[in-house]
Amino acid sequence: MSAVLQNLVNQPYKHGFVTEIESDVAPKGLNEDIIRLISTKKNEPAWLLDFRLKAYQQWLKMEEPAWPNVKYPQIDFQAISYYAAPKPKKKLNSMDEVDPELLRTFEKLGVPMHERAALAGVAVDVIFDSVSVATTYKQKLAEVGIIFCSISEAVHAYPELVKQYLGTVVPVGDNYYAALNSAVFTDGTFCFIPKGVKCPMDLSTYFRINTEGSGQFERTLIVAEEGSSVSYLEGCTAPRFDTNQLHAAVVELIALDNADIKYSTVQNWYAGDEKGVGGIYNFVTKRGLAKGVNSRISWTQVETGSAITWKYPSCILQGESSVGEFYSVAVTNNYQQADTGTKMIHIGKNTRSTIVSKGISAGHSNNSYRGLVRIAPTASGARNYSQCDSMLIGDQCGAHTFPYIQVRNQNAKVEHEASTSKIGEDQLFYFAQRGIGNEEAVSMIINGFCKDVFQQLPMEFAVEATKLLGFKLEGSVG
Amino acid sequence: MIHQDSKTILEVSGLQAAVDGVEILKGVDLIVKSGEVHAIMGTNGSGKSTFAKVLAGHSAYQVTGGSVLFEGQNLFDLEPEERARAGVFLAFQYPIEIPGVSNSHFLRLAYNTLQSQRGKDELDPLEFEDFVREKMKLLEMNPNFLDRGVNEGFSGGEKKRNEILQMALLEPRLAILDETDSGLDIDALRIVTNGVNKLANKDNAIILVTHYQRMLNYIEPDYVHVMRGGRIVKTGGKELALDLETRGYDWLGVERRAPASA
Repeated sequence: MSAVLQNLVNQPYKHGFVTEIESDVAPKGLNEDIIRLISTKKNEPAWLLDFRLKAYQQWLKMEEPAWPNVKYPQIDFQAISYYAAPKPKKKLNSMDEVDPELLRTFEKLGVPMHERAALAGVAVDVIFDSVSVATTYKQKLAEVGIIFCSISEAVHAYPELVKQYLGTVVPVGDNYYAALNSAVFTDGTFCFIPKGVKCPMDLSTYFRINTEGSGQFERTLIVAEEGSSVSYLEGCTAPRFDTNQLHAAVVELIALDNADIKYSTVQNWYAGDEKGVGGIYNFVTKRGLAKGVNSRISWTQVETGSAITWKYPSCILQGESSVGEFYSVAVTNNYQQADTGTKMIHIGKNTRSTIVSKGISAGHSNNSYRGLVRIAPTASGARNYSQCDSMLIGDQCGAHTFPYIQVRNQNAKVEHEASTSKIGEDQLFYFAQRGIGNEEAVSMIINGFCKDVFQQLPMEFAVEATKLLGFKLEGSVG
Repeated sequence: MIHQDSKTILEVSGLQAAVDGVEILKGVDLIVKSGEVHAIMGTNGSGKSTFAKVLAGHSAYQVTGGSVLFEGQNLFDLEPEERARAGVFLAFQYPIEIPGVSNSHFLRLAYNTLQSQRGKDELDPLEFEDFVREKMKLLEMNPNFLDRGVNEGFSGGEKKRNEILQMALLEPRLAILDETDSGLDIDALRIVTNGVNKLANKDNAIILVTHYQRMLNYIEPDYVHVMRGGRIVKTGGKELALDLETRGYDWLGVERRAPASA
């Protein structure tokens, strides 16, 4: 690999600062007492504590999955603090009461927390370590009946709704990390779009892990009732620490008849340094249930951060003619590892799914696509199209594809396409010979490669994603 | 066309170059003046394509000796993209495919990069569209070329036309055409060479690297050079190419150092 390409792919992480703020941190370790402590701190109803304890009991009996194509040292779950919240934790009535240090942090990260300063009217819920610190546009959304708030708040304000849906798409014992999350989740976002309402603005949650040695376990629940639609965005960053931090989230989406949920993520957790020290372990379970007829769930993700990414945003296509989509760009550099993809479970008749996955590997990184397309015997007329493309930058990295296809209905149609390409010296030379420098060439090639996915992102996010990939893969040519 | 008040564009003296430590060019001498068309002929492995790539600055080749002046400036002081912006153009023998990058975006970026280098106005996408369509007529190209990925799925002939289209857009001082005739059927050869002829003028110069005389039926060279064993061993007029066509290269068996041309 030439020096030119080496330099191009090595760019410093821009969000690695720590906010100096006094925090309320739970003692390290995990046991029933800690779970009770979290539940008490959040003043939770008994049913939720039961939910947590049931999950914890299941988790104790489970084993960490060994099948992902990633390597990391054994995680000591007793060395993690499961709760960290910035003090003082009193009830906030308006944005002006938010700690100015926090406001500055998010300003630095480019997250609009002041409604008046917000760009193009995106409503934001901001999660700092374990708690939600602010939610914008709540009132305005409430006028059309939309609930957009932290999940802690929802547990108190809308207990019946939360109880009705929580854990229905990702049961407490679904998998090792989902069970862990169900036991210790601290905050997250709740969105409820009532019947027939088209959400007038994009909803967004911004996640920030700040405290060293703490994990982040958030829970997102989005329910779209009959005929409603919503576009939801998620962004995340963390400071640079030499220790690894665990982020184990659970996201559940439920779409009823004719409802439409679009969920977009730009994930930029700290990835560790160029030698692979530090970084976030991003072990996430995201799943959507397309429950109603003609419902639609669309996942778009741009995964650039984390030391290890392990996530498969999935769709269960239960409703007749429901639609599932997964558009993904996963970039790994240095010693990052990603094992990511999706599951499309076709149950209803005439269900359709599309998978477009673009993996970019640079440095010594390893990037795997893992995807399952399952057509149940009931899913007559189901269709799936999958496209998995990998791009290699340099010759020390790896790209892998693990497609699983299970078809149990003769009337289904499943297509899978895959390709691997490489940004080579000859491509860069071709650009150079037309006067175009290496940085611009790499950026153009990468953006061309990711075009099909970026087109799916809301516009501002697409701009951010393009820039992020730029930061990630370009640099001064030396 | 050789003319009186021509300026020297390229001056190559004793150029030596190697790839992976194996010396390919063993002392090339060549002078190219404005308005001239030079043909470099030779068998496979004679070093003629290496010569083209060394001039353009391909990183796989190391210059081990000699010098090249481009309009009086040391060419080796410039990075490949700087050479391009200074007006050195290479039409590739095997243009590479760049999937996902639209041809029109690529062409516009290349064009605007040169325009700003020359202190001229850049064109926005709409203006560029009109401009490039005009140029495409020269090469009888279908406008849908613009929407496709750069060279992606192009036939051999389409790729070569795309190269000459870029030459038309970038208006280089020195155009090096590396086996542009290979893989072209007779119609495509006529179209491509016709395009090149229209682009040749008294201020620029063209170096044609080719195996065969047939291209020279369409583009008339002022000089024909024969390369053998990494050197130019014989220089003549266009009749030399006809000689080569009938007699082959073997009669030039003895490698010797030819005097600089022109």
